[in-house]
Amino acid sequence: MKKKVVSVLSVVMLIASVFAFAGCSSSAKSDVIKLGFIGPMTGDAAIYGSSADAGAKLAVKEINAAGGIDGKNIELIGYDSKADQTEAINAYNRLRDQDGVVAVIGGTLSGETLAMKDIMVKDNMPVLSPTATAVEVTQDAPNIFRACFLDDYQGQAAANFAATTLGAKTAALLIGTGNPYSEGVSAAFKTAFTAKGGTIAGSESYGTADKDFSAQLTKIKEMNPDVVFVPDYVQTVGPILQKAKEMGITAKFIGADGWDGVQVEYADAAQGNYFTNHYAADSPSPTVQNFIKAYQTEYNKVPNSFAALGYDAVYAMVDAIKAAGSTDSADIIKALNATNYAGVTGNLKFDEQGNPKDKEVTIIKIDGGQLKYDSTVVNN
Amino acid sequence: MDHNKKKSYLINAIAIVALYLVFFVLIQTKTMNNYFVGIAIMTCIMIIMAMSLNIVAGFLGEMALGHAGFMAIGAYSSASFSIALVDSGLPLPHLVILILAMIVGGIVAGIFGFLIGTPTLRLRGDYLGIVTIGFSEIIRIFFINFGPTGGAAGLKGITRLVNFNNVYWITILVAVLIFTLGRSKQGRAIISIREDEIASEAAGIPTTRYKVLAFSLAAFFAGIGGALYAHYQSFLEPSKFGFMFSIEMFVIVVLGGLGSLTGSIISAIVLTILPEMLRGFSEYRLLVYSLVLIIMMIFRPQGIFGRSEFSLTAFIESLIQRKNVKNSIGGGEAS
Repeated sequence: MKKKVVSVLSVVMLIASVFAFAGCSSSAKSDVIKLGFIGPMTGDAAIYGSSADAGAKLAVKEINAAGGIDGKNIELIGYDSKADQTEAINAYNRLRDQDGVVAVIGGTLSGETLAMKDIMVKDNMPVLSPTATAVEVTQDAPNIFRACFLDDYQGQAAANFAATTLGAKTAALLIGTGNPYSEGVSAAFKTAFTAKGGTIAGSESYGTADKDFSAQLTKIKEMNPDVVFVPDYVQTVGPILQKAKEMGITAKFIGADGWDGVQVEYADAAQGNYFTNHYAADSPSPTVQNFIKAYQTEYNKVPNSFAALGYDAVYAMVDAIKAAGSTDSADIIKALNATNYAGVTGNLKFDEQGNPKDKEVTIIKIDGGQLKYDSTVVNN
Repeated sequence: MDHNKKKSYLINAIAIVALYLVFFVLIQTKTMNNYFVGIAIMTCIMIIMAMSLNIVAGFLGEMALGHAGFMAIGAYSSASFSIALVDSGLPLPHLVILILAMIVGGIVAGIFGFLIGTPTLRLRGDYLGIVTIGFSEIIRIFFINFGPTGGAAGLKGITRLVNFNNVYWITILVAVLIFTLGRSKQGRAIISIREDEIASEAAGIPTTRYKVLAFSLAAFFAGIGGALYAHYQSFLEPSKFGFMFSIEMFVIVVLGGLGSLTGSIISAIVLTILPEMLRGFSEYRLLVYSLVLIIMMIFRPQGIFGRSEFSLTAFIESLIQRKNVKNSIGGGEAS
C-alpha cells in the first residue's frame, strides 16, 4: 500500500512539475528579439532539420555580430519536430506561448508545416519556411512564406534543361510511389518535357522501402531514352545509379535537389549526371563564397542546400523585421511581402501566394566526385 | 454494498468535475496557455488509445501490435465524413459534427476489427500479434496510395473541432464505458479467457465470440481516438500511423500495467508529457525517454499498477483510516 502511495505521489509530482513551468515564461521581451525554428533533428529526416538549423544559427550569429536588429540581439530557439505532426504542433505552441517568438523559421518538411498551418494562420504568425515544398503550404495563408522553390517549379526547370541544354528527345521517369516529393517533381517534369516537344518513353515506379531496382532499370534500358529523370533522395538515388552503371545504361540521369550529397558516397556511379539545386558551392558569387567560408569555419563541413536555405530564411526574415521597424506580426508580414533579398540561393522576392518569384534554379553536374556548377535556369 | 457503490460513484464524479473545474479555471485565467492545452488534448487522446488497447492486451491478454491501423481507419473515415458534412453546408453545431464523425470513425474501425478478428482469433498463440502488425502496415500503405484521401501528401482541410472541453468529457465517457465493460458479464467472460482459455471454454463461455467482441470493441474505441486525433490535428499524414506508433501505445499499456485501466491512464499522461518536459534537452531527449522506460521496466516489470486498479474511494478511505490509527495511537500515549 505504502509503495502504491509513493508511486502515485511521484506521478502526481511529475505532472505538477510540468505545470510549474507555466508560471515562469514569456517575459523580458525588451532586449532580445526571439525567432523560432522547427525541423526534424532526430530520426530519419534529421539531416534536413539539423542542416537548416545549422544554417539558421550561423545567420543569427553573423547578424548579432553585426549589431543585431537596431542594437537588439536575436535569439534563435530551435525545437525538434521528429518529422511528426503532433510534435511539430507542440513545438510551435511552445515557441509562441512559452518563448514568445515574433516569427518562425520552419517547418522544414512539408508534412509538419501543413500540420501547423491552421494554427499559424489563426495566430497570424509571420512564418518563413526554408524548405517546405508542398504547394498547399502557402495557399490561403497570407502569413506563410517560403524560401525554396516548389516541386513543380523544379521539375519544370529540369525538363527545360533536359530538352534545351542537353537536347534530349526522349525521357524515362523513375518515380517513388508514396513519396509526394518524387511524384510531384516527376509530374511537373512530364508536363514541361512534353510541352517542349519531348516524348516520355515510359515511367517505372518503386516503393519507398525498395532496395532493389533491377527490374525497373531493365525496362528503362529497353526503352533506351536520352535521359532518365529520378527525383528522389540520396539514399534511394545512390543505389539506383550504381545499379544503372552496372547494367551499362548510358542515358544521362537527371535528378532534383534531393540528390544533394550524392557525390560523397556514389561519386563513380553519379559521374556525369545532373540535378537541379538551390545553389552551387563553387558558384563565383561572393555571397555564396562568404557563406561557405563562414559555414566551414563554424561547423568544419561543406553546407548543403538545406543549410543555405535556412541561412537565407533567417536573413530574409531579419530584413523584414528591420524594414517593419517593429515586431508586430502584421508589420512583419507586410514587410515580408515587399522583400527583395539577394541571398545565397538566389534573389528572394515573394509573389502574392508567398512563394519565391522567378527564383533561379541551379543545375549541378557531378564530376570527379565534386558538385560542379553547370548553368542557371529561370522558368518563365 | 449498494451504499458503498453509491459513495464510490459520488466521490469519482466529484473528482472528475473538480479536475475539470481546475483545468477550466487555469485555461480561463490563461495560466495554462495553448501550449499546455495542446498537450492536455493530446494526452486525452492517448488515454483513449491506451484504454482501448488495454481491452485486447490487458483484459483479453492477446498481443495486439496494430492499434495505429485502427486509429488510422477511424481518423480517415471520420475526417472524410466531417469534410463531406461541412461541405454539404448543413447548419450543424460543431459538437454535433464531431460526435457524428466520431461515431462514423468508431463504427468503421469496429467493422474492420470484426473482420480481422473473426478469422485470426480462432487461433491461439502469437498469430494475432503478427496479423495485427501486417494489418496496420496494409492500412498505412493503403492510405499512402489512396488518392481520394490525399495519398502520401496527406489529407487536408479537416475542420478543427476538438477543444479541451469536448475532448475531456469524451475521454471521461470512454473511460466510464470501458470500466463498465470490465465489470460486466461480457468483461468478466473476456478476463476469464485471459486467465485460462480451456477452463472458460469448459465453463460454457463461447470464447471465440468474446474474443472477437473484445477485439472489435478495442477497434471501435481506437476509431474514436483516431477521430479525435484527426479533428485536433486538422491534417492527417499516413506516415504517422506507422509501426512505431502502435509500439508506443503498447508501451503505454505495458508500463501502466496490463489489465489496469487506471494504470493506462496514468502512464498515458506520463508518457505524453515526458517528451515535452524533456524538450529542453533537445537531441538527448529521446535518449532520456528511452532510459526512463528501461529503468521503469527494471524496477516495476508488472507496470505501474500491475493488474490492480487505483481506486480513489479506497485511497481516501485508507488515508482516513491511517489518520484514525495515528490519532488513536497518539491518544493512547497521551493518557
